[in-house]
Amino acid sequence: MPPPDAGVDTVEPDAVAAGLDALDTPDPGSSRTPVWRRIARTAVPPLVTLVLVIGVWQALWALAFWPEFKLPAPATVGGELWARLTSGEALGFIWTSVHRAVLGFLIGVAIATPIGLVVAKVRFVRAAIGPLLSGLQSLPSVAWVPAAVLWFGVTPTTIYVVLLLGSIPSIANGLVAGIDQIPPILPRAGKVMGAGRLAGARHILLPAALPGYLAGLKQGWAFSWRSLMAAEIIATSPDLGTGLGAYLDNGRFLADMPTVISAIVLILFVGVGIELLVFRPLERVVLAARGLGGAL
Amino acid sequence: MTAILEPETQSTVEHAVRLSGVRKAFGTGARSVVALDGVDLAVEPGEFVCLLGASGCGKTTLLNLVAGLDAVSGGEIELNTARPAVMFQEAALMPWLTASRNVELPLRIAGVKRADRRRRTAELLDLVRLGEVGDKRPHELSGGMRQRVALARALASAVHGAGGGKQALLLMDEPFSALDAITRDVLQAELLRVWRTTGTAVLFVTHDVREAVRLGQRVVLLSSRPGRVVQEWQVDRLSAAGEAKTVDEINGRLREVISSHAAA
Ligand SMILES: Nc1ncnc2c1ncn2[C@@H]1O[C@H](COP(=O)(O)OP(=O)(O)O)[C@@H](O)[C@H]1O
Ligand SMILES: [Mg+2]
Repeated sequence: MPPPDAGVDTVEPDAVAAGLDALDTPDPGSSRTPVWRRIARTAVPPLVTLVLVIGVWQALWALAFWPEFKLPAPATVGGELWARLTSGEALGFIWTSVHRAVLGFLIGVAIATPIGLVVAKVRFVRAAIGPLLSGLQSLPSVAWVPAAVLWFGVTPTTIYVVLLLGSIPSIANGLVAGIDQIPPILPRAGKVMGAGRLAGARHILLPAALPGYLAGLKQGWAFSWRSLMAAEIIATSPDLGTGLGAYLDNGRFLADMPTVISAIVLILFVGVGIELLVFRPLERVVLAARGLGGAL
Repeated sequence: MTAILEPETQSTVEHAVRLSGVRKAFGTGARSVVALDGVDLAVEPGEFVCLLGASGCGKTTLLNLVAGLDAVSGGEIELNTARPAVMFQEAALMPWLTASRNVELPLRIAGVKRADRRRRTAELLDLVRLGEVGDKRPHELSGGMRQRVALARALASAVHGAGGGKQALLLMDEPFSALDAITRDVLQAELLRVWRTTGTAVLFVTHDVREAVRLGQRVVLLSSRPGRVVQEWQVDRLSAAGEAKTVDEINGRLREVISSHAAA
């Protein structure tokens, strides 16, 4: 080390340092595209697809390959949908299903999060139930419906059990994957800063696992929604009220194709809508804060 | 600089940290690797010691032991300081926190009050000349800036623990080796300035002889397999010519140590 009043370190490094910082700092990116153009760019392609699908459908119907009760005209289905929407019935179906799905999903999150944490951090538990969790994730939850009906009858319990069995594995697995992907240097950095197990989980583990956890939540939502529909289609009863699944099954029972297609459209619409309105923005915020997620 | 960054007043404690006969083996039985064996080393309060050695000689292992990230297999480490702060080769910043939140993190974990935290964080960011970019996230900073944030964070954790008669100790594991030459040069100067301002003891690991001689008051050369102290040089207040001569001398010794392994 040179004496304090000699050598390179007394040469004012400010200018050099400032220059380096200016040169080396990542470019924050070109100016943002205007909002209307972003919306146009994301909304127009799916709209084009929709128009094409309806066009082909209309053409097939006009060619009359299939009888009307198998393939109704787009306008007939549109009429059915419009009637249900304006009468407020559709809103009722949607509310019945969505409130079940949201409630079930939240219960699923509350159960799956501690499971995921323990599986990720305790080696024995991971060895014991890790494979089971992955296996359950690939089991279609409709397979649980007969068992649940025999156990609990055609009751709300059955519906929630099927929903939870569908969503918990994927949420827990998402959290495990999120924790596994944490660069090991971060927990070490936390440890040398004096973070114990609890402070480490709160300040480092959970925020670091957040992107993976969110991906798990998103998938968990999709699984909740699917499981709920499976349960509602199979386990129908007047006591349960009419959700979208029951509405769909009703259409099958009445051999009413416009109802069936309307129900499918609504189910799709809700599933995609929640993903776009809730999970996509959440993911965007979380990833952008970490300098990730250029694709979103 | 402000009060929290003042050097500690003269303490009665002799060493900041002392290692005696420290041994570290990884694994057990026939396949165990002895990384360190019989390491004796002391760092005085406020002293800047550079630990020099070839790649794989056990420098990181030694720092981990002092940092308490790992336990010794034998010997003793006597720490007379607050919990040592560590700076790694990578900045290891939390990517979801802004620069100032990163610096604040050790204080949050230590339960320091919010207003205090904010004040100290601002001081430390100014100290590493990053007062302007406190609300930027790591991915928006250059490599050199990230390392300076990491330095400020390490200081936050070192200086917070210090006080009440406790010394501060900063452990640095090749913190500049991933940077380009010019940035490294600037950061070395920054580190010396910060060290003189804060008066913490520093144990600085490097495999770069020039860096060791430039930064340290004392250079300690470690042998490989197992790592053990081979020789020490006092390199404080050298003239430019003296520095060049010492670099050559240490380089020569380092080569000897390394080539002795080729024969084995
Ligand atoms: N966790 C570990 N398990 C087994 N061997 C290790 C472990 N960590 C380090 N080693 C061995 O100890 C020796 C010293 O490693 P390290 O301290 O990383 O060297 P350096 O930092 O000087 O490059 C190396 O031979 C390395 O292979
Ligand atoms: Mg190393």
